[in-house]
Amino acid sequence: MSADPRDEIVEHLPALRAFALSLTRNGSLADDMVQDALVKAWTKIHTFEPGTNMRAWLFTILRNTYYSNRRKAGREVGDADGLLTETLSEKPAHDGRLQMADFMRAFQKLNDEQREALVLVGASGFSYEEAAGMCNVAVGTIKSRTNRARARLAELLHLSDDEAFELTDQATLAVVSGNKPATAR
Amino acid sequence: MAQGQEKRQRDSVIDENLKKVYEDMLDQEVPDRFLELLSQLKDQDEKSGKTGREADE
Repeated sequence: MSADPRDEIVEHLPALRAFALSLTRNGSLADDMVQDALVKAWTKIHTFEPGTNMRAWLFTILRNTYYSNRRKAGREVGDADGLLTETLSEKPAHDGRLQMADFMRAFQKLNDEQREALVLVGASGFSYEEAAGMCNVAVGTIKSRTNRARARLAELLHLSDDEAFELTDQATLAVVSGNKPATAR
Repeated sequence: MAQGQEKRQRDSVIDENLKKVYEDMLDQEVPDRFLELLSQLKDQDEKSGKTGREADE
């Protein structure tokens, strides 16, 4: 009995959930979407080319699920909790310190295409070419989406202020200063 | 030139934060429902005698 490529799906579950969460910004919606994507992947495994990147294939199925739901709903579907409309921290003086919560809020304000491009390229480590293939757009489109997403984040976080590079979150500070904490990989 | 450097620094701050958020999400435990779903799908196929390759339409 030859190896079933579907046995590999389980290894990608954490990444699938993370991608779903970044698209929907809503835990229960994200998990419903992962469930749909898993069933699709299972039944359409013949469309997977052995030897190619299974994570990219699974992510593609997941995003197709998301965008097809969005089309049906006629709007971005991940806003059930009102996260998108939540205003960015109204803390009085902006003291130049970036908190993870602020970062999350700003990230959630990006549009679908920008969040997706940033997560694929900035966080998941896909190349521009891979991300373009997954999103079925030109490489230049992915590049401009990530650029616009970063610029928008910087704007929302007031990162143009010089002092904004001072981060308060310890782990983030460690990462940025190059003292990378030991990671599993 | 200085502007380019500022932008690079800004982008690296953003990407590092992004990676941290993403890593946190990756570290979350996968709910049992997904493992159960996968094993159900597998059982179904075994009962109907199909393997992944043969499931081709």
